[in-house]
Amino acid sequence: MEIHRYERLWFAAALVLIVAFIATVVYGAVGAGVEMIDDDGGTIDPDNWQDHEVYDEGIGVFAANDSDADYEVKMVAQHPAFSPGTVTVPENSTVRFYITSLDVIHGYDVAGTNINSMIIPGQISEFTAEFDETGEYLVVCNEYCGPNHHNMEGSIQVVPESEWNPDDALVGGDA
Amino acid sequence: MAVFADRYPEEARVVRLALASAFLALFLGGLMGPIQALHRTGYVQFLDDSTYYTVLTLHGVALALLFTIFFLVGFFHWAVTDSLDRNAESTRFSLLWYGMMVLGAAMSAVTILAGFVGQVDMSADVLFTFYAPLQAHPLFYAGLAVFLIGTWLAGVDWFRSWYHWKQAHPGERTPLRTFMVLTTMLMWYLATAGVAIAVVFFLLPWSLGLIGSVNPLLTRTLFWFFGHPVVYFWLMPVYMLWYVILPKLAGGRLFSDPLARIVFVLFLVLSVPTGIHHQYLDPGIAEGFKFLAMTNTMFLLLPSLLTAFTVVASIEHGARQRGGEGYLGWLGALPWRNPTFTGLALAGLMFAAAGFSGMVNAAMNLNYVVHNTLWVVGHFHLTVGTAVALSFMAATYWFLPLLTGREIFSERMGLAQVLLWFVGMVMMSNAMHRAGMAGVPRRTADPTYDIAFESGMGTISELRLQIALGGVILTLSLALFFANLLISWFDVGETRAATGETLPPALSGPEHAPAVLENLRLWTAIAIVLVLLTYVLPLAAIVDGSGLLGNIDRAVPMLLDLGRIALEVVA
Repeated sequence: MEIHRYERLWFAAALVLIVAFIATVVYGAVGAGVEMIDDDGGTIDPDNWQDHEVYDEGIGVFAANDSDADYEVKMVAQHPAFSPGTVTVPENSTVRFYITSLDVIHGYDVAGTNINSMIIPGQISEFTAEFDETGEYLVVCNEYCGPNHHNMEGSIQVVPESEWNPDDALVGGDA
Repeated sequence: MAVFADRYPEEARVVRLALASAFLALFLGGLMGPIQALHRTGYVQFLDDSTYYTVLTLHGVALALLFTIFFLVGFFHWAVTDSLDRNAESTRFSLLWYGMMVLGAAMSAVTILAGFVGQVDMSADVLFTFYAPLQAHPLFYAGLAVFLIGTWLAGVDWFRSWYHWKQAHPGERTPLRTFMVLTTMLMWYLATAGVAIAVVFFLLPWSLGLIGSVNPLLTRTLFWFFGHPVVYFWLMPVYMLWYVILPKLAGGRLFSDPLARIVFVLFLVLSVPTGIHHQYLDPGIAEGFKFLAMTNTMFLLLPSLLTAFTVVASIEHGARQRGGEGYLGWLGALPWRNPTFTGLALAGLMFAAAGFSGMVNAAMNLNYVVHNTLWVVGHFHLTVGTAVALSFMAATYWFLPLLTGREIFSERMGLAQVLLWFVGMVMMSNAMHRAGMAGVPRRTADPTYDIAFESGMGTISELRLQIALGGVILTLSLALFFANLLISWFDVGETRAATGETLPPALSGPEHAPAVLENLRLWTAIAIVLVLLTYVLPLAAIVDGSGLLGNIDRAVPMLLDLGRIALEVVA
């Protein structure tokens, strides 16, 4: 088979490009430490979600008991709301999220950031995020979940450390 | 040479039927487009927000599934008949698969349109992806299954023709167009296995109440097993147009026949084991499986990059045959007044842009910024919405005369149409990409929230204006297309008789291709092995985690209320 010299050059350049793309993603994951959502959160029975060890203290923002994170957010999604809808954390904190769905598939997306996860009934989404800048962040459900999908929103309030009062912020409760 | 319709009148009739169904779906789905573009940007909202999702379901199903697939089965039927120069084995069989596709499409459409007749208790407001536990009426799933079987039988029809052709032509290489059809259909058989299993074994029995629960992650994974390769099912006929028709219109011929075959074999092998890249953000799937899907996806860039080279080289060759000179000066020698040439070329240009946003989607880490945002909608309006839809419309100006025996009514109108589509899509898609980077979600009726989005480039209101304006321009383009199509089809404008066309052979012909390329069994076997390597372990883990039927015993029926839409429109 006759392959033109330009075709061979193009073929080689295309392969180099592809390998380079894969390399940058590997660097992003390993070097820069972008953590991917995977099966770490485990599975859950949506009918008896409160019996799962993740939710044994209910939902809300809790102090974490380990060195990997400062706080833990335990949340459930059910059309058309996240519970809790508003989460308050201090700046420069590392927060681990646990979210599951009690009905259909939802999304949890902090607009304009790379915090973004699908929320699937039967599964717990577990991911960790760092909040370096104070401010009010919009959270939207980004998977169609029913007739009021567009009303499903929440927020993350990142407050200065001086204004952070654990007694006000660390609250658990029932969904 | 006589036109196709004179040489193969029975086959031409089947192609015309398929095209008529495709254009009906294009009309219905296209009509929904401006309603959405104006509603979600806040300019014209004559529907309830909750009804937006009905419109969205129609838009997705009619355009992404029905328009594309009806057009391509018609196009493939022509390609096989014409390139083998042989009648289909049985017109009744051809009408059977066409009839099944129509029946299946109608069954699903009825569940969507049922609201028009009043108090019918039907529902199918589940969008194009029908993720459980959102639940549609059983007829919706049954219709999908019947439609799929119709497409499978269409493939059988073409394989039969090929088999009999080979008996009569021992030792000859399969003609290029038939080779492209057969590799595409082999990919399709493999890809549709996922959605067929999801629909027949889980969703349909569940909607009928025969099984009490489903595992949402399992049916979602089976959907994406099909959901990514389906885009190549739409795209491979477009590649055929770019490889076979575009070089001819440019005044030349295809650069390399063997390379075209290699590209189609690569698509057969690599299309299916990639679907998990739609699930990078899913819990319950280990990172390693996602990484494997990403690697396959990135290598799938290879056939597209090779195509970019071959197609541009073929066009340049054509331009130089027409007297074009210089490094870029040859571009001026191309037939830019021909709507088919210009439409196909612009579609290819937009597809290159789509390739770049697709690389962002495919990168696991970057995907977190854009997943399920309007960026993705911008991306696939460049791929299926332009590379495929614009190519199919542009090709119609060339293709329809072969089927009716009469030229198209107005080439200038056609040229205006493809240019308007290009301009409208540049505006809409570009703004959608930018809005997506700010986090504006897809599939959302009225994305205004208590906290405003912050856009890095341009204000959100400016982006909304561009999306709405782009949508209106695209609708104008569609109106021009239908006017031209109907006048041409029904011969209202007394058009000239068409002349027969022959497609020139490639510069480097099939005899230069290694014989192993003909071995479709080998390539199919490799494709199956790759699919098993990519899917067996994640599927086993998903079933192991929540069970085959899961523990989700709830169903969330999605009521579709088109009766309400009708009332709102009247009011």
